[in-house]
Amino acid sequence: MFKISKGKRIVFSGTLIVIALLGNFFNASIGISNFLMIIAAVIAGYPIAVNAMRGLRFRIVGIDALVTLAVVGALLIGEYWEAAAVTFLFMLGDYLEAKTLEKTRSSIKILLELAPDTARVIRNDKEIEIEAENVVKGDIAVVRPGEKIPIDGEVIEGEAYVNQSAITGESIPVHKEISAKVFSGAVIESGYIKVRAEKVGEDTTFSRILQMVEDAQDKKAKTQKFLEEFSKYYTPGIIILTFIIYLITRDITLALTLLVIACPGALVISAPVSIVAGIGNGAKNGVLIKGGDIIERLGKAKVIAFDKTGTLTVGKPRVTKVKGFGMSEDEILELAGRAEVYSEHPLGRAIMAEAVERFGDIIDPPEKSEIIVGQGINVILDGRTVLVGNRRLMEQNYVDITDEIEEYIRREELEGQTAVIVSDSQEVLGVISIADVLREDARDTVSKLKTLGIKKVVMLTGDNNRTAASIASQVGVDEFYGELLPQDKVAILDNLQGQVGPTVMVGDGVNDAPALASADLGIALGGAGTDVAMETADVVLMSDQLYKILYAIGLSRATVMNLKQNIYFSIIVAGLLLAGVLAKKIDLSSGMLIHELSVLLVTINAIRLLGYGKKTDGKH
Amino acid sequence: MKTKTYQLETLTCPSCVTRIEKVVGKTEGVIQVEVLFNSSRVKVEYEEDVVDSKRIEDTIEALGYSILGGK
Repeated sequence: MFKISKGKRIVFSGTLIVIALLGNFFNASIGISNFLMIIAAVIAGYPIAVNAMRGLRFRIVGIDALVTLAVVGALLIGEYWEAAAVTFLFMLGDYLEAKTLEKTRSSIKILLELAPDTARVIRNDKEIEIEAENVVKGDIAVVRPGEKIPIDGEVIEGEAYVNQSAITGESIPVHKEISAKVFSGAVIESGYIKVRAEKVGEDTTFSRILQMVEDAQDKKAKTQKFLEEFSKYYTPGIIILTFIIYLITRDITLALTLLVIACPGALVISAPVSIVAGIGNGAKNGVLIKGGDIIERLGKAKVIAFDKTGTLTVGKPRVTKVKGFGMSEDEILELAGRAEVYSEHPLGRAIMAEAVERFGDIIDPPEKSEIIVGQGINVILDGRTVLVGNRRLMEQNYVDITDEIEEYIRREELEGQTAVIVSDSQEVLGVISIADVLREDARDTVSKLKTLGIKKVVMLTGDNNRTAASIASQVGVDEFYGELLPQDKVAILDNLQGQVGPTVMVGDGVNDAPALASADLGIALGGAGTDVAMETADVVLMSDQLYKILYAIGLSRATVMNLKQNIYFSIIVAGLLLAGVLAKKIDLSSGMLIHELSVLLVTINAIRLLGYGKKTDGKH
Repeated sequence: MKTKTYQLETLTCPSCVTRIEKVVGKTEGVIQVEVLFNSSRVKVEYEEDVVDSKRIEDTIEALGYSILGGK
């Protein structure tokens, strides 16, 4: 009985209470139901009493001391139901709080797993493997496909496609060659580079991201000050009042009535029940809100900042347009799809995916194929040369790009597209435009946010300004900021916080983690999101439907409204009860009745929240 | 003067914060205590010739919070 888990205690005491209530209902012996209530109160109350004792040893009177005193009092004057209910609810609230809190705290662990742990460096002309933290400034690190770059530094040899979405949020792997800067934590997709270490250990961008998440986590614990202050005076106040009244009246029943009626009850559960109902409703509708203060803050948001890649956009490059010069669209796509059949490059895969979608599986692979890193692919298809790649590939192979085609390519690029050129050995046959596309509901969600009273909707991205501008105008945000590193996002958020008001960051990537944590509120898009952002965020949209953010805001406002109703109501009831008991207008039984009714009413009020969104089917 | 951070089991109630700060803060030799609620850590600054880490750990544990590690 002493080492039972909290969860089991709650289930056990809850079950006993239900059995006892059923017993009452079916007119079983009062003795049995009372006995069950006492057992329930002892089971749930034991840890509360232990905590109270621990505090008392250091002369601290906490809420647990007050609950314990009231429960003991209730047991003494035979109010077994009250004793059982108070302890049960107290433990249940505590338990639910612990459960939601746990989630927010595993973020650091997941981030740490993403950190590079080994590095291959050249020392004494030999390549050796060492712990990533032992790399020193000036070391030369060798990184191959699939490996993580262990340090921040400059490429001194080789070239590669590097996926640094973990740091910058760029949607497409970037080509890095000599003298380019690379970040620790980025992954080599193809190619091979040697990097001279410039920042190592805790100075790397990635380590700083980790540090920022850690700091930001505790930057928030400012809320609930009021309740803490309140309980600091309320708790000892009630005890002293009870004691004084006992001294004056020598009326032990009055004193205990006061203690039991004045303490917990509706006031204690008023806020938690609303919040539990709000969180419950959210969870049922795919919106995970990690705590009560988050609900409060979400309702007050004035600025919403969206990450671009994977949030406003789908996050995967897709073929958006195919243009043939002397050939049909389908012919170009089929040719390019066959050429890219073995390609590992994200652009190549996008082309292949589109070709497979249109024509089914590719069964005729090229006879010969050569990948040219940084340029594209050179294949022999049905005995003839086909090139798929960028301008440099064309130049290297003396393929002429006419003015008309060059003009077309420029236009596509201005619109934020990546243009992939398809040619034979002499002339350009077609151009395939590839881009990360908007989520279907992005535009609609952004415009509806405005009708919810959000003052400013902005977009933050690590991607280049050209792509950023294109997406920003498609989605209709008020402002956008491109080419940002994680710390830049944090700075911009701080700025918006100061200028406009409470700021919400919506994102999905690891690089969003500091921004998610340092904004007043972080919302992660679940389906498309990485674990880290999900863990760091205050609100997680389980599906990748962006419009759920509208639901989350609406639900938060409804919950706060509900919570306020409950708090005001229970304060008024508590005040009236207190006055009534002191004036001896209310005795224990009628006081208890009002007390129970008020508890019932705040609970019923909170339950209304479970129906929020039903009328609109949870959609926008 | 020394600063040490203790990792505690998950803190669940904001009142834990005041409780630990109050009690550890009153310990002789302790200059400053900060409870990081979200990461469940306690940062203590203390004079090592007046009080040792063991004493601080014992105090926190006596309050009912088990210590998982420290650095």
